[in-house]
Amino acid sequence: MNEYILELKDISKRFSGVEVLHQVPFTLKRGEVHALLGENGAGKSTLVKVVTGVHQADEGEILLDGVPTIFNDTHESRQAGIAAIYQELSLFPDLDVAENIFVGRQPTTAAGRIDWRKLYAQAEELLTSLGVHLELKHKARSLSIAQQQMVEIARAFSINARILIMDEPTSSLTLNEVDDLFRIVRRLRDEGAAIIFISHRLEELFELADRVTVLRDGAFVDTRELKDVTRDDLIRMMVGRTITNLFPKQDVKAGNVVLKVDHLTREGAFQDMSFELREGEILGMAGLVGAGRTNVARALFGVEPATSGTIHLQGKEVRMTSPQQAIALGLAYVPEDRQLHGLIPPMNITANISLPMLPKYARRGWLRDQVERSAAFSAAVQMEVRANNIWQKARELSGGNQQKVVLAKWLSTKPVILILDEPTRGIDVGTKAAVHALMSKLASEGMAILMISSELPEVLGMSDRIIVMHEGHLTGHFFREEATQEKIISAATQAVAVGGAQ
Amino acid sequence: MTVANPPATRSAFKSLLWSLARFREAGLIVFILILVALVTLRNPAFLTADNFQDILLNISILVIAALAQTMVIITHGIDLSISSMIGLVAMMVAFVVKQNPEMSVVLAVLLGLALGAVLGSFNAMIITFGRVPPIIATLGTLSIYRGLVFYYSQGTWINSFELPEAFKSLSKGTPLGLPNMVIVAIVVAIIVHYFLNYTRTGREIYAVGSNPDAAQFVGIRKDRIIFLVYVLSGVLAGLAAVLWASRFESAQTNTAIGFELQTVAASVVGGVSISGGVGTVPGVLLGALLLGIIQNALTIVRISPFWQLAAQGLLILIAVVTDRWILNRTERARNR
Repeated sequence: MNEYILELKDISKRFSGVEVLHQVPFTLKRGEVHALLGENGAGKSTLVKVVTGVHQADEGEILLDGVPTIFNDTHESRQAGIAAIYQELSLFPDLDVAENIFVGRQPTTAAGRIDWRKLYAQAEELLTSLGVHLELKHKARSLSIAQQQMVEIARAFSINARILIMDEPTSSLTLNEVDDLFRIVRRLRDEGAAIIFISHRLEELFELADRVTVLRDGAFVDTRELKDVTRDDLIRMMVGRTITNLFPKQDVKAGNVVLKVDHLTREGAFQDMSFELREGEILGMAGLVGAGRTNVARALFGVEPATSGTIHLQGKEVRMTSPQQAIALGLAYVPEDRQLHGLIPPMNITANISLPMLPKYARRGWLRDQVERSAAFSAAVQMEVRANNIWQKARELSGGNQQKVVLAKWLSTKPVILILDEPTRGIDVGTKAAVHALMSKLASEGMAILMISSELPEVLGMSDRIIVMHEGHLTGHFFREEATQEKIISAATQAVAVGGAQ
Repeated sequence: MTVANPPATRSAFKSLLWSLARFREAGLIVFILILVALVTLRNPAFLTADNFQDILLNISILVIAALAQTMVIITHGIDLSISSMIGLVAMMVAFVVKQNPEMSVVLAVLLGLALGAVLGSFNAMIITFGRVPPIIATLGTLSIYRGLVFYYSQGTWINSFELPEAFKSLSKGTPLGLPNMVIVAIVVAIIVHYFLNYTRTGREIYAVGSNPDAAQFVGIRKDRIIFLVYVLSGVLAGLAAVLWASRFESAQTNTAIGFELQTVAASVVGGVSISGGVGTVPGVLLGALLLGIIQNALTIVRISPFWQLAAQGLLILIAVVTDRWILNRTERARNR
């Protein structure tokens, strides 16, 4: 018998020209829990999806029991005994709990009729063994996120898979639920199943996993026995790179406090956030995906208002309840997902840029073309948007140029406070430098910038101060001089408050 | 417990209402009962067995086509070509029957089903292989199939005297007490209900409509399901076409024009969600029944024909709003 149940040889995967996995090797033994570790965007989820057939590798080989295998879709990987819990929830909101667990594999009678009684009985049994109490006939739509996650876990277990892949299964579970989950994972392992486990909670990995493979920027770093490494080793392997001086942050003397947030809370998203932002300052906001940073930004911008706590803008207390209000008060928000929230792809550059300013460009409801066009043109030129002309559709632009259009749009509103959510994700190095240079220039002109970024070099290179969030809480606060990658990762992966200045 | 126990202070009548409200279709039933009561007050002739048999006869074809539409809508699609498929198949089957008067009616039905399957497959191919959104694809074939009716018939109609008696009585004969057509509709409803609730494929239709990405993650072959529902839509349209030609004893170039909107109306009134994933056979039956009752009632209470269409639309909207309102109330109560 082959030593490895699953072996990946030099897997490479590109998405529209960008290499997200570069010759990654990976091995999985029977009866082991193998942790997969890496920063956001290191390629873990993509690697998992290559194994399950959601994506196909561009290069490399997958050996299952030593036999080269290609999965064209998830149906085939399931047949081969591979089950997965994906990071994005994949329930059917209109089906009930029990059916969500067994969908596509409902127990049937000899005649091929779905045996609902048996289905509910099996679902009951499964959930009981998982220590979960859920009403079997409730629609998935009505469940909380944590409950949905339990249903996903139950679905994966119900397959009796030989290989079980879990991509951040614990991200929204309580400690008790995590304990139950681990108990079952260990039982499965002892029965001979192989488990790939992805989690950002390092403590969990030490508790559960046998070996760990670290990825960084789509490349393989190392595979080690967990008993041979320390937490600090793992962080160093994940971070790896040295910080270059790519980031042209000029030193600016911070001015008056323009934004002061006290005990800001939104139920279910973040709790007790307190921080301030000054003129000419770039405040970096670090943390893992799902830590609640975007929720804070959306609360400040009035999209999802906070449920308690206070916001002071230039000394005056405000209650942010709508984006219109936020824009009027001098806030601008460049969201994370440009395609989804930042741009209207089928509209041209001019229309996109002038969108938040339309009332200003109109007289008695009629848009004044000339004014709109010249304002958009100057904003586009200032941002160095590269396009054929300002009538080009936004969706035809490259990611970097799209980002410039979004920035141009918000700069045309002349904001006092600019909130940037992952300003350089997915754009090329050149544009990145241009965006960074612009941020620095805006700050030197006195704009206050709140920058959410998952890219640590960017956070460290661009920020005057850095706050760190973990699971909805503020867990770290550092000045530029004292911040290190290790300190930030440490604060971002554990719920203990760390470090220095107030 | 799925539902909170009604407080003990509630009267027996209230708890009866309560248990009724647990059915998704409760709102529709209530609305239908109110409508029937009001119309009967105006004209007692409404509430007679004969009149109801009439209504059932009138909605049989609608039920069959609406069930086809429902399966499509559950996958978050739509089949606008269903009326043209009925028109084309009706014309072709009537022509063949006219040429071969001795042909068995069973064979005529099978021919209709087969022709419908072919037309449905063409829709399915455009949508799954061509990646054309269903509303566009079937809007195109709506015109194509109707155009083929004209081409095939050269603009002429097939009239009652050209069709054999056996074919004409296929839909209206009552060897089992009820008109055959009503029985066929009931059988189709039972089969579709069984298919949607007791087969994996049926459940996958709901899954695909409810969350297409998740369907892919759990190994459901989405395109196969989508393909299937459009073929089934064609097959049921073929069945409806044969019954149509038999019932109206003719095939005309304008047969079933505009009927696609009635199938959508019956589905949506019956609680099928246009965004996919939701819909039941009992609901659609009630939806079709309501449409039939409204049409019949408007004539019986002698609403001017000039008003009938507008009144019909108004009643449909009131039915849907009432239904949603009752649903929201019961859901809120349930979640307390």
